[in-house]
Amino acid sequence: MVVPMSNDTDSSSHVAVDAVDSGRRDFLYIATGSVATFGTALAAWPFIDSMNPSRNVLSLANLDVDIARIPVGQAITVRWRGKPVFIRHRSASEINAARNVDVSSLPDPQDDTQRVKKPEWLITLGVCTHLGCIPLGNKIGEPRGDWDGWFCVCHGSQYDTSGRIRQGPAPTNLQIPPYTFIDDHTLRIGTDKA
Amino acid sequence: MKEKNTILQWIDERLPVITFVRKHLIDYPTPKNLNIMWNFGSLAGIMLVIMILSGWFLATHYVADTEKAFASVQHIMRDVNYGWLIRYIHMNGSSFFFILLYLHLLRGLYYGSYKKPRELLWIIGVVLLILVMVTAFVGYVLPWGQMSYWGATVITNLFSAIPWIGEDIVILILGGFSVDQPTLTRFFAIHFLIPFVIVGLTMIHLMALHVSKSNNPLGVEVKTKDDTVPFHPYYTGKDVLGLAVFLLIFAVVVFFFPQFFSEPENSIPANPLVTPEHIVPEWYFLPYYAMLRAIPDKLLGVIVMFGSVFILFFVPWLDRHPIRSALFRPLYRQFFFIFVAVVFILGWCGSNPPQGVYVVIARWATVYYFAFFLVIMPLLSRFEKGRSPPESIHAAERMKL
Repeated sequence: MVVPMSNDTDSSSHVAVDAVDSGRRDFLYIATGSVATFGTALAAWPFIDSMNPSRNVLSLANLDVDIARIPVGQAITVRWRGKPVFIRHRSASEINAARNVDVSSLPDPQDDTQRVKKPEWLITLGVCTHLGCIPLGNKIGEPRGDWDGWFCVCHGSQYDTSGRIRQGPAPTNLQIPPYTFIDDHTLRIGTDKA
Repeated sequence: MKEKNTILQWIDERLPVITFVRKHLIDYPTPKNLNIMWNFGSLAGIMLVIMILSGWFLATHYVADTEKAFASVQHIMRDVNYGWLIRYIHMNGSSFFFILLYLHLLRGLYYGSYKKPRELLWIIGVVLLILVMVTAFVGYVLPWGQMSYWGATVITNLFSAIPWIGEDIVILILGGFSVDQPTLTRFFAIHFLIPFVIVGLTMIHLMALHVSKSNNPLGVEVKTKDDTVPFHPYYTGKDVLGLAVFLLIFAVVVFFFPQFFSEPENSIPANPLVTPEHIVPEWYFLPYYAMLRAIPDKLLGVIVMFGSVFILFFVPWLDRHPIRSALFRPLYRQFFFIFVAVVFILGWCGSNPPQGVYVVIARWATVYYFAFFLVIMPLLSRFEKGRSPPESIHAAERMKL
């Protein structure tokens, strides 16, 4: 049977049986290769995705905390997604100290109002932004550094009463997790939505 | 071999990977008359890779603790992203692995692939089969359901039939006096280890294959270049087509009938104080299980059961008929198909309670199973005349045209 060949071969009408239509062959190679690559990626995805957090891990993503009994000037540490979160009930003087700062002079300039939803409650991740240690200063008696915030003993980073980096190797301020106040005494960490 | 690409050439001079691939996967001369039965070897190899991959991902979520094992499997099914898919692939993969291995084995038995000079190739294959069986058995214990637990209890107790030291051997295998935490931990470790031994032995299986090269449906050795075609693209193409068809069937079961091969009893967590009413192994062990139960004596039953697999080692010397392929041995061919039917009958008996007519049928089937190897094969070797095979593969293929 004579198979009609495409026009890009040099013969005008009839082509010898053995002649290779390289254009057609390339098309087949590329088409086969593309399907194989796409198929492999498709088949690989469920396996890769199985290493992402499973649903029971994600279900622990929100944490409700009763903050009614935290006295002014003190802080507690809770565990959220396996990490410590600092919840600090700031005093008026601490709030003032956090706000009376020339923001532009800070290593990571950020106004205190951007870092809190209610001035008396500061909620930050208790993880030093340098290399992941837990800074001291949350418990009574622990060193709080020169700015009365937190002091990381690992490499000497110091944070102020807004959790902002003031001195030391840490590049950025303590991270603020998503949170919302459900009512006056309940804090939900893990979501911004009320 | 000169490479056009200088980088490939540089690598090949120092580590001849390209020469190797060319010799064994591209130019490798393969009989040109291989039929579909020659697909199952490569498919089994791919299935092994699928099992190791899916198994590794399961192992990242599974907990080998008697208190948590069952729950961790439920966790895989419900919580882990695509955990259900990976588990169903692995679970049904074992059944498909056995389907492929059994077809591969029957292919060899039918076309006389075990005969000189492929005896060692065959023996390595039987060792591989036994290793896969061990892996499948210990793997079935891991979900820690009722059938896992009692299957493990029954099978490990088989060794108590060994005179004098049997009881001590069972204690050694279990790491205690019953199937418990030490058993589960070591079974998990074994289940993780043996597949890699299987990979290594598969390489040796292939090394042995590439010495004597593939047998073929006619059972006539390759004589000239006219009898063969290069492996690529002829058999790479045929293997890929076979793979596509196989994966389609596999996918249908995984996605639409994932519980087809599984035993509902195993969805009940293991309970050391209650034995299920009807203990059955997975389908791929049913024929052996039927033979075990057909024998009224404990030790003899165990010997018969293990013997039914181990007898395969001796096939190259039980069947000494000079003609390889059953195509030219009408008598052997008939007995072969009866043998296949008998294996199915044994499987059917094994899935039914060990009572009444099932035991009677299983006994007769057991007799035939062993007679096929120990009586029929040697007798046919001496007395079957057979038809004379064609001169060469090429000549036979020309006759067809």
